[in-house]
Amino acid sequence: MAAMATTYGDGDPHHLGGMQGSGAAHDGPASKRIVTGYGFWIFILSDIVMFSALFATYAVLLGQTAGGPSGRELFDLRNVAIETAFLLISSFTCGLAAIAADERNKLWFQVGMAVTCAFGLGFLAIEANEFASLVARGAGPTRSAFLSAFFTLVGCHGLHVSAGILWLLTMMAQVFAKGFRADIQRRVLCFALFWHALDIIWIAVFTIVYLLGSAS
Amino acid sequence: MTSDYEHLRHSLDVAPGDEREEGGSVLERILGYLIGLALAILLTATSFFIAGTDLVWQPSIPVALVVLAIAQMGVHLVFFLHITTGPDNTNNVLALAFGVLIVVLVMGGSLWIMANLNQNTMPTDHIMQMQR
Repeated sequence: MAAMATTYGDGDPHHLGGMQGSGAAHDGPASKRIVTGYGFWIFILSDIVMFSALFATYAVLLGQTAGGPSGRELFDLRNVAIETAFLLISSFTCGLAAIAADERNKLWFQVGMAVTCAFGLGFLAIEANEFASLVARGAGPTRSAFLSAFFTLVGCHGLHVSAGILWLLTMMAQVFAKGFRADIQRRVLCFALFWHALDIIWIAVFTIVYLLGSAS
Repeated sequence: MTSDYEHLRHSLDVAPGDEREEGGSVLERILGYLIGLALAILLTATSFFIAGTDLVWQPSIPVALVVLAIAQMGVHLVFFLHITTGPDNTNNVLALAFGVLIVVLVMGGSLWIMANLNQNTMPTDHIMQMQR
């Protein structure tokens, strides 16, 4: 007990050695999966910080409608509820696909990813439809500062989802062609992180943009 | 002594998004995602219900929506991204905490400063109206 305390306490502050005998703790740097996953986690957090700037812009410009339509008149909450459901279900099936990847089950991985892709595309279709109808009604991004902020924020999330779907299709192809190699598994891990993070950002979007935006 | 070894074994890191090795069978893992999905649906449905209802005191609605959103983000982090408070997750949680700090500074700071500017640079006729 005393020996262990010395080893892990103040005995070796610069990790010069002395751990070999203990047979526990770290045997060198972390595995590549942990390093890759952690690095991608940092990227996701920086992406969230970028989104927070867009959210702040939207919140500040919420009332600046320049005499144009406000959120209450524009937003169709039924559509938003469907979008939310689609993205939530796709996040769930993405999790199932990640489990299948861990179990090295090609069939269920492809099924899970295909369902994720279908719901993601459904989400994008509804969003594109909403944007088109807003522009058609003369409420495009040039109408007011409020609408500029709205299109920037929601459009940026939509671009992320589009990029995610391209990545998703790439992962399906790579697993199909190369199987569950270690590097492919790391990419699947990063993709799952990315897709779940998009859903987290969508929570903020539907709350701040649509629910709070149509309340004010 | 045993607890000491236990601690060392558990203090190995996991990648964000990964569950621990002894996280259980496939069924248990799917069950975890199902629980997360159920909680998320519950919180989302509550959000949409509260936004459109007049059953509750109206000024409380924005606060309730923000609280529900933060709760749902927590659900997603724990059940989908597997960011937990375990000792193997310390690095991931610290990075998240720093991210949250920046987000709070950016959003809170912007709203605070802009509200102040709106107050202090109000057009003169508005100020006259308020003083009347």
